[in-house]
Amino acid sequence: MSSVLKLSRSAEEGLRELLKFLLEKKRVKAVFTLCKIKKNGTVSYSLITDADMLKDALPLFPLMPQNAGKLLSRLTLKEHLAEPIAAVVRPCELRAFIELVKREQGSLENFIFISTTCPGTYPLEMSVNGDISKKLPEYEEDVKKGNVISDTRPICKACEHFMPYSADMTVALIGEKDIDKNCEIFLNTEKAEKLIEGMDGELVERELETEEVKNLRSKRQEEKRKLFEEINVEGLGLSGLVETFGRCIGCHGCSRVCPICYCVLCDFDSRDYENEPSTYESELKKRGGVRVPPNTVLYHLGRLTHVSVSCVGCGMCTDVCPADIPLSTIFLKVGEEVQKIFNYIPGKDVEEAIPLNKFEKDEFTEVED
Amino acid sequence: MKTKDFEPKIMTFLCNWCSYAGADLAGVSRLQYPTNTRVIRVPCSGRIDPLFILKCLQDGYDGVLISGCHPGDCHYISGNYVARRRFAILKTALEFMGIEPGRVQFSWVSAGEGEKFSQVISKVTEAVKVLGPMRKLVKAANSLVG
Ligand code: SF4
Ligand code: SF4
Ligand code: FES
Repeated sequence: MSSVLKLSRSAEEGLRELLKFLLEKKRVKAVFTLCKIKKNGTVSYSLITDADMLKDALPLFPLMPQNAGKLLSRLTLKEHLAEPIAAVVRPCELRAFIELVKREQGSLENFIFISTTCPGTYPLEMSVNGDISKKLPEYEEDVKKGNVISDTRPICKACEHFMPYSADMTVALIGEKDIDKNCEIFLNTEKAEKLIEGMDGELVERELETEEVKNLRSKRQEEKRKLFEEINVEGLGLSGLVETFGRCIGCHGCSRVCPICYCVLCDFDSRDYENEPSTYESELKKRGGVRVPPNTVLYHLGRLTHVSVSCVGCGMCTDVCPADIPLSTIFLKVGEEVQKIFNYIPGKDVEEAIPLNKFEKDEFTEVED
Repeated sequence: MKTKDFEPKIMTFLCNWCSYAGADLAGVSRLQYPTNTRVIRVPCSGRIDPLFILKCLQDGYDGVLISGCHPGDCHYISGNYVARRRFAILKTALEFMGIEPGRVQFSWVSAGEGEKFSQVISKVTEAVKVLGPMRKLVKAANSLVG
């Protein structure tokens, strides 16, 4: 059982009210949340200190314009927060941030994390002509029913980690029948309980993990199986991968948006990956024709080996790919295989070292000669 | 190309403090071993990024050997343990990529083990010979696809 703050207004209004309360009572210095961008019907992450501006906040808008984990890392890369900020982020974004913190790419200090049981988000391309706003009524119905929501991103439909692991507060959404009337905010930490002291609303006790949540988890597992099957991810092999990655235009957008690709200068952007004239010459002699630019496939294989331990399956890579490559499906699959050998769930627990920062003396002896 | 005529090219990454000296000792002791290897000396097996290995396979090497100090003997204390973890990741990824994991081998050879060094080289060369030439990734990288 956890203690829950119950507000008699819709989940989104309730959350906005909480944020407003935190700002007005100076419990936090600022709020980090999705906010409407005037007129064009889409949202952007924003930092807000003026409580009046919260009227444009859309903390639950089902779009991930960027992985917030990457943004929070950028905010705290040079120095940790001097004063508290309440950040409303999705579970995979929080996990991504924690992975970055483990790599010393940011700091958790002074953050208050507010998350939700996450119903999923729509693809980035749908944000362009206001399509998402039209979808919202349908979305809400499906959230209430605890359904896998149609037209949301395939990776969201297949995501099992939709319950935040380390949020201070969790807004219950999935399978909650009256999110249009009630907002239930789970207070997961002592810090959370302190922060809401003095706020109007009822305190109740209940479980977050409902039947609907359990059902959705198994539905999502089934979706994941289908997703993997769709591109036959297990049977791709090298020729399948080459064909799939062969569509890549080499823009490197996927690594730019990936929270786990945090290097400032990517090796693949360096001159080292340009072929020498002599390489072109010898390859041409052998084959009569070669691909230009070179190394597009290597880029992906390299990224797979680098990112797989920590891939949180946020789907940003697929979202931005102009060549429509099902990157996150492939990365999720390889990620799962790799994470399994270390029994590791990326971003679940900040205290747990990333697998490459620890070792046992007598493990993996089978890989030696 | 028949297996028996096939002479694989094998890239070896040798730790400066142990296996590289082991290779030296093998040479000084005039031990015979296959000449299929090319050596890159690294400061520690922990310096090796899986990317180096993939790049070798793409650039036409048929196999890659990584050799470092024995567990407990790494000059940087844990470089070889971390290398082993990285290597376990790479194996998983190689399997997914449809590249025979046997093309990439990992061993511990100390400065005093000239004999072991020559054995490891013979063993790895044999194993890679059986697997045949690494055409797939080389072709994948350079050919016109589709
Ligand atoms: S975003 Fe797509 S096209 Fe761009 S580098 Fe990544 S896979 Fe290639
Ligand atoms: S590889 Fe793709 S799905 Fe995985 S963390 Fe990076 S952007 Fe997200
Ligand atoms: S110094 Fe030899 S493996 Fe680290």
